[in-house]
Amino acid sequence: MISFIPRDKVSKNWIIIAPILSIVFTIFFGLLIFTFLGYNPLETLYQIFVSPFSRIDRISDILVKACPLIIIGTGLMLCFKSNVWNIGAEGQFIMGALLAGFVALSFPNIESKFFLLITILAGFIGGALWAFIPAILKTKLNVNEILVSLMLVYVAMLFIDFIVRGPLRDPMSFGFPLSKPYPDGALINKIPFPGIGFLGQLHYGIFFVILLIPISWIFINKTLGGFKINVLGSAPQAAKFAGFKQNSITITVLLLSGGLAGVAGVIEVSANIGQLQPEVSFGYGFTAIIVAFLGRLNPVGILFAGIIIATVKLGADNAQMTMGIPKVVTGLFEGILLFFLLTGETLQKYKIKWSEGKK
Amino acid sequence: MIKFYMRIFSLITLSISVLFFVISSAFAGSPTKVGFVYLTTPGDHGWTYAHELGKQMVEKRFGKDVKVSVVENVPEGPDATRVIRELAKQGNEIIFTTSFGYMEPTLKVAKEFPNVKFEHITGYKRSKNVATGNIRFYEGRYIQGVVAGLMTKTNKIGYIGAYPIAEVIMGINAFAQGLKSVNKDASISVIWANTWYDPVKEADAAKVHIAEGADVLAQHTDSPAMLQIAEKNGAMGFGQSTDMSAFAPKAQLFASINNWGPYYIKKIEELRSGKWNTGDGPNHWPGNVWGGLKSDMLVISKFQNMPANVAQKAQKALDGLKSGKINIFAGPLIDNTGKEIIPAGKALDDGALWGMNYYLQGVNGKVPG
Repeated sequence: MISFIPRDKVSKNWIIIAPILSIVFTIFFGLLIFTFLGYNPLETLYQIFVSPFSRIDRISDILVKACPLIIIGTGLMLCFKSNVWNIGAEGQFIMGALLAGFVALSFPNIESKFFLLITILAGFIGGALWAFIPAILKTKLNVNEILVSLMLVYVAMLFIDFIVRGPLRDPMSFGFPLSKPYPDGALINKIPFPGIGFLGQLHYGIFFVILLIPISWIFINKTLGGFKINVLGSAPQAAKFAGFKQNSITITVLLLSGGLAGVAGVIEVSANIGQLQPEVSFGYGFTAIIVAFLGRLNPVGILFAGIIIATVKLGADNAQMTMGIPKVVTGLFEGILLFFLLTGETLQKYKIKWSEGKK
Repeated sequence: MIKFYMRIFSLITLSISVLFFVISSAFAGSPTKVGFVYLTTPGDHGWTYAHELGKQMVEKRFGKDVKVSVVENVPEGPDATRVIRELAKQGNEIIFTTSFGYMEPTLKVAKEFPNVKFEHITGYKRSKNVATGNIRFYEGRYIQGVVAGLMTKTNKIGYIGAYPIAEVIMGINAFAQGLKSVNKDASISVIWANTWYDPVKEADAAKVHIAEGADVLAQHTDSPAMLQIAEKNGAMGFGQSTDMSAFAPKAQLFASINNWGPYYIKKIEELRSGKWNTGDGPNHWPGNVWGGLKSDMLVISKFQNMPANVAQKAQKALDGLKSGKINIFAGPLIDNTGKEIIPAGKALDDGALWGMNYYLQGVNGKVPG
């Protein structure tokens, strides 16, 4: 039996040493694997970590990729901090995008960008409603929210699939499952830079992230609501004695995280796709779980974690384009990176104890 | 906390960038740079593998005169836009995007790079520098129908479809026409997998078909899973996109093989000689180059595991399609509710095929949606 015992005090030194060690180990194993498979190991590492920063428009690609991860991750942070395990952000993302899409397609001629406020609100509601199902089941019937939220992901996937093949299918699409294009008012534009033009897909949705990070930081650290969430997560008994209503906190964090996942869905579709299609999320909701933990359940941390994950994903594509390294190999490397980062993080806080297990 | 993350972050970038020198891609001469975007990996042994074989033919044909870049596992959404743009930025002169869902991303990037040529496979939207190519997959399915009709003992054919879109439905109907031409008693049941590639789901669908008595299976999905199940259960079936006999040496009757290589080679040659164009095919259905058996874009593997007289009839159907003697969708066509689609003496044109949302006689049930 292996058990994890919390350390009495987290050493200040190890806070710095652990991540460095994690990275050293990752690079070591990376070099080993790439050499073994016959790729130039240094160039591979360069492609994965550095090449995504080698051009200004590549940096903008990182931001675009990180944007949904950070928004969803921030919402998940609220859940995880209060020990509510919302694993279904992927489904909430889809339902947010879908409800917003329904609103957008109901007004085919709208041009005013103020309409975006309505679609984003619709996205929030769509995601929040989807998260409300596990919330109500957990608080009323004590049903495990991990299972419910996870399984609702597949319901959402099939639901959007049905919608774009049936009710919202564009009659001009030759039977292919696509909705009509969104009206101008529901599209998030790319940001024009004077003298440069557009930088890849960099769009105005990025400002939502810029607003979200400080707001969520203030909420979690400086408000009573944030305090309640922290207490409920770290000391449930104390929260009970203080008279915090556990159920209403559970419902609130699920609604907020579902809503944020929904907003991420709207931004992603409105900025990057421009119509509904069977697949609108590509695992963002699941990757964001890693982002939330890698960011130590802290808004600023999540910002950087989102950027790191996005960088590695883009780097993997670059490695493939320039060196022909298959994605399974770079995926393996990504796994090693996450493994060591999270191990380092865990071992800072916990001691490992080996004991004779009872049978 | 911010400081902490800045530290990790700068550490990652710094420590590594110190280690490196950037390899600039200065090449002797100037090979034509060609980009490919794959939906899955060549390991699917189906759709993407067929494109991979095409790519290998390109490399073999041009040798040092081309430099090929491939990106695999690209989801059909924002990632596709980014990857295609990146390929264009890296100086690829012609980029093949090999899945339907890359349509909008391809068009979007094409607008930004007017000097780069784009080849979108199976799409229906074109522009000045976006051409589309597609294969008449349904022709192979007609021959499958002929063979199935002669081989079945239970008169039950199990068909696995990916999605109920015109592309797949015209395949089912072509199969039904082939079936009807040799066996009026057999009928086709369709199971929708709702995926192009998911070996587990495809295998499950195959098991259901066999349990319900089907002894010949056909598929419009990508993996060899269905044939593997057929092999185990003594049923027969057809390979899809590539020759799958290695997976089912006793069960594969033949495979319809997507032969993209000659198309790729032709388009790259056109580009190199400055004659690249988007073709003059009609503008309203997928693929303004829509080639089939006649142009060798669709190839039939050898007929196997069948008696000689069946192989003979299959060969006859193949020859008939190649010479144009057989028109699969010639009237009278009646759908499976008894409604006349087109009277005798007339035939459906290509446009009508892309509007198919009904089953012809010989298919059970109705098109979902």
